[in-house]
Amino acid sequence: MQVIVNISLKEGVLDPQGRAIGRSLTDLGFQEVGEVRVGKRISLDIDETDPARAEQRVARMCETLLANTVIEDYEIEIAGENEA
Amino acid sequence: MSLSALRVAIIVFPGSNCDRDMMVAIERLAGRRPALVWHKETSLDPVDLAIIPGGFSYGDYLRCGALAARSPIMEAVLDHAARGGAVMGICNGFQVLLEAGLLPGVLVENAGLKYVCRNTCIEVVGGTDSPFTAGLAPGHRMIIPVAHNEGNYFAGDEDLQRLEDNGQIAFRYVDSDIVGPANPNGAARDIAGIVSANGRVMGMMPHPERAISAELGSADGATMLTASLEALIS
Repeated sequence: MQVIVNISLKEGVLDPQGRAIGRSLTDLGFQEVGEVRVGKRISLDIDETDPARAEQRVARMCETLLANTVIEDYEIEIAGENEA
Repeated sequence: MSLSALRVAIIVFPGSNCDRDMMVAIERLAGRRPALVWHKETSLDPVDLAIIPGGFSYGDYLRCGALAARSPIMEAVLDHAARGGAVMGICNGFQVLLEAGLLPGVLVENAGLKYVCRNTCIEVVGGTDSPFTAGLAPGHRMIIPVAHNEGNYFAGDEDLQRLEDNGQIAFRYVDSDIVGPANPNGAARDIAGIVSANGRVMGMMPHPERAISAELGSADGATMLTASLEALIS
């Protein structure tokens, strides 16, 4: 089963990289760009068939290693959950 | 007791690159060579001080220090700290201590988005009883270099206030005629180093092991390290 983890910086945490990208986009003529935030996407291949269990395990992975919850939020997506 | 009685261990991760500098510094100052302990080890012989050195453990993958903080040896370091053992983390070692939860907060990318490698002037703040500041007078200034891309200390307002109120801010960047503007990385409240609530765990971004003789530009790191070693032996 494929599970996707989206990691983003918490609101209020400064994102210097996002700010630099935003500035570059504005310089390139994309005047409509406001705040830019950069995150991470981690895709995991999990040996598990039950989506609920997979989500529970991945949440633990996020808490133990994948995200630093001092500054980051995470979202778990079970790939293909809404298909078939 | 002489400083050479002090048992020091330096933890080595794949990608550590200040382990040998620290070993040379400690051997020179204490007269006894520290043990280098590979991260795959699961136990730590009794030590008076465990040091997590600078470098790029695990290539800074995922987040700086994140993978090193979950290495097998870290269980032993956490046990050592839980028993009140002294732990010092320099630069990447500071990042590892934060990721391991031994100190509060996180080190994020420098505000200027650039790797900074230069001398900084840091001032001893102290307040809490800690071997890492005990031998240094509050307000004492030292020239010690930094070399990092993620040294921008960040914590929630509550945590920052708690650090301040408990005297857990060990070192702060200050302006200096010699090395220029204070804060090299945007760190909250100019924080260069902090200690745990019991004072036994210390993390700092500047590299004292790179400032151990006048030929290296400063011997202030030697002063700082010697003061810590002396406080630990007494």
